Amino acid sequence: MVDLIIFLVLLALGYGFGRYAELKHYKSIIQREKEFRDIPAVTTKFPPLTKPLSDVELVSGSVVISVDYFKNFIAGLRNLVGGRVTAYETLVDRARREAILRMKEEARAFGGHIIFNVKLETSSIHKGRKNGIGAVEVLAYGTVLIKQ
Amino acid sequence: MLVTNIEIIPGKRVTKHLGLVQGSSVRAKHVGRDIMAGLKNIFGGELKGYTELLQESREEAMERMVEQAQAVGANAVLNVRFSTSSVAAGAAELFAYGTAVVLE
Repeated sequence: MVDLIIFLVLLALGYGFGRYAELKHYKSIIQREKEFRDIPAVTTKFPPLTKPLSDVELVSGSVVISVDYFKNFIAGLRNLVGGRVTAYETLVDRARREAILRMKEEARAFGGHIIFNVKLETSSIHKGRKNGIGAVEVLAYGTVLIKQ
Repeated sequence: MLVTNIEIIPGKRVTKHLGLVQGSSVRAKHVGRDIMAGLKNIFGGELKGYTELLQESREEAMERMVEQAQAVGANAVLNVRFSTSSVAAGAAELFAYGTAVVLE
């Protein structure tokens, strides 16, 4: 009985705080994406060589975002019936967009105007145990061109 | 030392290729951070401690790569890639590699 109460409390906490954190994060992501629209990040490998000479610099941004108790539980249920795990989809989406934004922040600090050859790398952080830490790390990196 | 992940630098020519250079760093998180992360797993949100830790070790991996490049007499590292892998429970390896070249 006590176990059930603890479980329900954790679930409620996870749902409440997790949802609040996600909504807040999405709001800030959308706002900052508008701000950084003047620095496009493209996956093209080769920068145009015809442009006036410019400096280049490696920029990167990374973020680790944790799952919450509720998402964990929902994903566990999903495992039974299969299908899209939207709880995790939003998690990874948030992490990717945040990483790209941090990369752009660094690019702006260098005074750059476009980022080439953007690569995204995702890895999950797990501790061995079954109920260990569940988190996703995303690294975004690319080369920024800086006008001389 | 110029470090970049594109293959051609606008306006500069590669005069000599010196081969692959690499650097890596393996880090573990300390217990305090693990406990905090465990708590965060209930509430969700960013694990700032981990973000910093991984960022630091990535910078260290890059420094080691640059050292290696300097040792072979390069003045630039092109086409740099990063990769992450977990070696054991609680430890992560950050790996950076690229091509050392001499630019004119």
